[in-house]
Amino acid sequence: MSGSIMENLFQRTLEDLIKGMRLQLIGESTFISKATEEIRREIKSTDQHTKSTALHKLSYLSAVHAVDMSWACFHVVEVMSSSKFAHKRIGYHAASQSFHDDTPVLLLITNQLRKDLSSTNDFEVSLALDLLSRIATLDLARDLTPEVFKLLSTARVFVRKKAIAVVLRVFDKYPDAVRVCFKRLVENLESSDPQVVTAVVGVFCELAAKDPKSYLPLAPEFYRILVDSKNNWVLIKVLKVFAKLAPLEPRLGKRIVEPVCDHMRRSGAKSLVFECVRTVLTSLSGYESAVKLAVEKVRELLVDQDPNLRYLGLQALSVAAPEHLWAVMENKEAVVKSLSDDDSNIKIESLRLLMAMVSESHVADISRVLLNYALKSDPEFCNEILGSILMTCSRNVYEIVVDFDWYVSLLGEMAMIPNCIKGEEIETQLVDIGMRVKDARMQLVRVGRDLLIDPALLGNVHLHRILCAAAWVAGEYVEVASNPFELMDALLQPRTSLLPPSIRAVYINSALKILIFCLDCYFHQNEGSASWYSDHLAGGQSDLFSVKNDTEAAELAMCEGSNYEHHGDFNPRNATESSEDLSVENDVDRVAPHGQTSTPPTLSVNKNSMHESIVNLLNRIELILGPLIANQDVEVLERARNILSLVQLVKEEIIDNSVQSVVDIVNKKDTRVTAIINLLRDAFTTELGPVSTSAQGRIVLPDGLVLEENLDDLQAICGDIELPSSSLFGAGGPHLTTTLDASSSNLLKNEESGPLKESTSLIEHRKRHGLYYLPSEKSEIVSDEYPPANDPKSNSNINDEAAELVKLTEQSLLLKKRTNQTKPRPVVVRLDDGDVAPITVKRPEPLDDSLSGAIKDALLGSETRPSMSGSSPSDKSSRKKEKKKLSTRVRSEMKKNVVDAENPELENPNSSSKNHGHSHTKERRHQGKEKIVEGEEHDQREKKKSGHRHGRRKTHQRAKSPLNVVSQTPVIPDFLL
Amino acid sequence: MIKAVLVLNTQGKPRLAKFYEFQSVEKQHDAIRNVFSVLCSRPEHVSNFVDAESFFGPDSRLVYKHFATLYFVFIFDSSENELAMLDLIQVLVETLDKCFRNVCELDIVFNYSKMHTILDEIILGGQVLETSSNEVMKAIEEISRLESASKAINLVPKSVSGWRSQ
Repeated sequence: MSGSIMENLFQRTLEDLIKGMRLQLIGESTFISKATEEIRREIKSTDQHTKSTALHKLSYLSAVHAVDMSWACFHVVEVMSSSKFAHKRIGYHAASQSFHDDTPVLLLITNQLRKDLSSTNDFEVSLALDLLSRIATLDLARDLTPEVFKLLSTARVFVRKKAIAVVLRVFDKYPDAVRVCFKRLVENLESSDPQVVTAVVGVFCELAAKDPKSYLPLAPEFYRILVDSKNNWVLIKVLKVFAKLAPLEPRLGKRIVEPVCDHMRRSGAKSLVFECVRTVLTSLSGYESAVKLAVEKVRELLVDQDPNLRYLGLQALSVAAPEHLWAVMENKEAVVKSLSDDDSNIKIESLRLLMAMVSESHVADISRVLLNYALKSDPEFCNEILGSILMTCSRNVYEIVVDFDWYVSLLGEMAMIPNCIKGEEIETQLVDIGMRVKDARMQLVRVGRDLLIDPALLGNVHLHRILCAAAWVAGEYVEVASNPFELMDALLQPRTSLLPPSIRAVYINSALKILIFCLDCYFHQNEGSASWYSDHLAGGQSDLFSVKNDTEAAELAMCEGSNYEHHGDFNPRNATESSEDLSVENDVDRVAPHGQTSTPPTLSVNKNSMHESIVNLLNRIELILGPLIANQDVEVLERARNILSLVQLVKEEIIDNSVQSVVDIVNKKDTRVTAIINLLRDAFTTELGPVSTSAQGRIVLPDGLVLEENLDDLQAICGDIELPSSSLFGAGGPHLTTTLDASSSNLLKNEESGPLKESTSLIEHRKRHGLYYLPSEKSEIVSDEYPPANDPKSNSNINDEAAELVKLTEQSLLLKKRTNQTKPRPVVVRLDDGDVAPITVKRPEPLDDSLSGAIKDALLGSETRPSMSGSSPSDKSSRKKEKKKLSTRVRSEMKKNVVDAENPELENPNSSSKNHGHSHTKERRHQGKEKIVEGEEHDQREKKKSGHRHGRRKTHQRAKSPLNVVSQTPVIPDFLL
Repeated sequence: MIKAVLVLNTQGKPRLAKFYEFQSVEKQHDAIRNVFSVLCSRPEHVSNFVDAESFFGPDSRLVYKHFATLYFVFIFDSSENELAMLDLIQVLVETLDKCFRNVCELDIVFNYSKMHTILDEIILGGQVLETSSNEVMKAIEEISRLESASKAINLVPKSVSGWRSQ
């Protein structure tokens, strides 16, 4: 005894602990661990006071300093059961803080809780209710339902309101409590005490959010509150309930729209007005006058001083945007102004709205202005802007983009913005556009060239992905490039050593493609036809490698001229080259203006310079890529080796040739090298296209390849590693299903010629996809003088821009005319089945068909259901199902006979979802309710209704229309509304 | 419903943390740190809303108010009205003010359990039960009386601070 007195005397209280903490010199963590040690000692004391003080300190440390207190749960129970209120309170507080579903001692507190719930002391009851609201489990809820039930109708309001709030958790954990408590809960809706009504409306708001349909029968009660109540808090909650109910029952909307508008007009409380606005815009958007009023209120919010109201106003607009775009248009001035707000929330919200307004007629103008904003914004918002432009423009396979040349240049421009970290997205889109839009390729290559050629960009890590895409584009579409040598030079520049190996590999592979292209042209020329390529290449070569003087330039002009003339003359002889026809024509058109006056130079001159440039090129490649043979990265190493061996091979041949006369070269057709080059060229000319998400599934399994068996073996070997059941196509999977970014597509190309396992499926895949390429009817001609990417506009200040943007939106939104559509939209390749850009393949939608189907079944006749309800906690409903299944089945069996005579499928009552059981539970609630209000007659009707519901679900919507009417109508009896 | 109520000071130290759905202490601490890192980067006179979905899961919103050296933070879902939550913060602070007479951070530091008592009267299990600070005060006074009464019976003398703490 004396020991405990001593303990008592010298124990530190919580206040001492806090003071000590503030004065400590030993470091906080040391202090805490010392204090915890002390607590561990003290908490074992037999003296209640010492024990509770220790626990008090511990729960403080746990809440504020994240000290674990799960070890003390038994002590918590002991302190809870103390007879002194001060101790009890500490115990309850500690319990509510640290107990959870898996706490082992939960079973021990049931009796204590029961005792305290029945206490005459309001505050003890209140402690127990508070704890129950936090930690109630199935067992606790079941055992204590009678006590809670009693409290639901007690005269002590202080306790009753808390009991009502606890019901929410009890229902959630133990659905059977609904049968006991629901009636009393509903009775409380009619209570005259405002506190009780607040509590009960709050509970119904939560319940209705999860499963609105079940609460339709209570609509009359809520309606009464909506009309009569003066308490803003209650009104807000009732509005939330109606926002969920109104979409389910059209007549309900008609009834409540007036009172809601009334509140909107009269109330001075912004929170209530905003809730009315939100209710109208989400759930009553069919009522025009109400929407108009709501938009008016939104406008008031948008010009308010308070940033909170401005923010919420914008949010309300974005709720309205999908259905009432006019509401956004009317307020566009405020929206645009918000773009330069100080508050990042507001800026982002307004950006979102702005993008919602964008249409194809003025996407270019808006993007331009936004880009200028981005240049001046802080990095975060800058990327927010870039992200939303990228997202909007790429939506639905670039639906909104008409002028792809513009868009591609825009992408290039974005890449140049210093703060840009959207490299990955830009990369994706560059590659994707290349594959989908044939007509944009020339511009793509041009943009890619601008990016590649700038050595400064190589130092920026965020740009690497974009450069990767640019390199891939340059290699893949080199036939439309204006100057392959220049591209090659850009790809081989020394600073490429700054790139990560994976991207370097793409660079090397692109260089290979360009080399093949150049060599191919060269050999074709040697075959005797005065091909355009030779001149073209010579021209390009002189541009890059030779000394630039006036005569040279003149020669270049002459070459190009000759090109034009020769082409005209010898075209018939070239007819065999079908694959590059398009590009030939394009380039001739492009080049034509230059060569008007020049005289045709001799063929041999061309050939000599051509030869020289090719040899230069080969030497250059050897020089730059030679060192890479010792590279650490396999990918780089292998590709470098490939290209170098090819270079050596070609070099031998060419240098041999160079000593011979031109005529000899012409005659020497069937060399080894030409054959190889032709082969490689053919490998590279097959076009890559977008890949459908379901592409893999269409590939027929080749005979003799038994994938499943292999996988079974694998399972035996791997043991516990779980293989997905759909791994039938897993073998080729990693390659084809991963992002088809530049590097992997290059990889595929490389492997195509090799005798690899994937090659069959790959060829198959290409063959199949050939079907989906739409023929491009016209070849688009793009003038050289494309408007420079950065307009001088960008110098104006932000306010000017805001005004300009307003003007822009005004023009284009109101007039609805296509301002910059000078040419028809090019063909964009779309895949037939669920076109998903190949890039998104790596994240396939986790579509749970069984779940959504089940929800649909459970929804019965209702067409719309807020997404909230879809996520009704599964554990809850499944438990309900368990509890209810038996009784439900009995009930439904009786009813079924009435409706389901024609239906053979009813043998399977469990095949539908967990929601099945769920809805029955709720129906029972209706029944209880109806009984109170209307007595026997309605009960009958209700039963009939549920019978119909069964029938409907079982027929799987076969007999849609007639049953629909029946099952819908009785939900709210007319005379009640 | 309301998911959590936090009171942090401007240095990021939690003064009160109450989560209405059970979370382990580590998660609680993480959440507090995340919230603070967002709050402290926000300038004055901007809106009081913060996107909380990244810390507290989908359908969570965050409202905060800055008083002197303290942030009062409420995290809730779509069943609550944002402006009403701002009002509720006001109610809480008003109640504290009545309780401590010109409340300051120190009052909150030293009256940890009283803070909880006040909050429990306003919110129960995530449900808002009381929005009148007078009603809350009445209950708080009752509880204090009850507590000291239960202590007075105790015959064993307490340390001095033990007397003072209530």
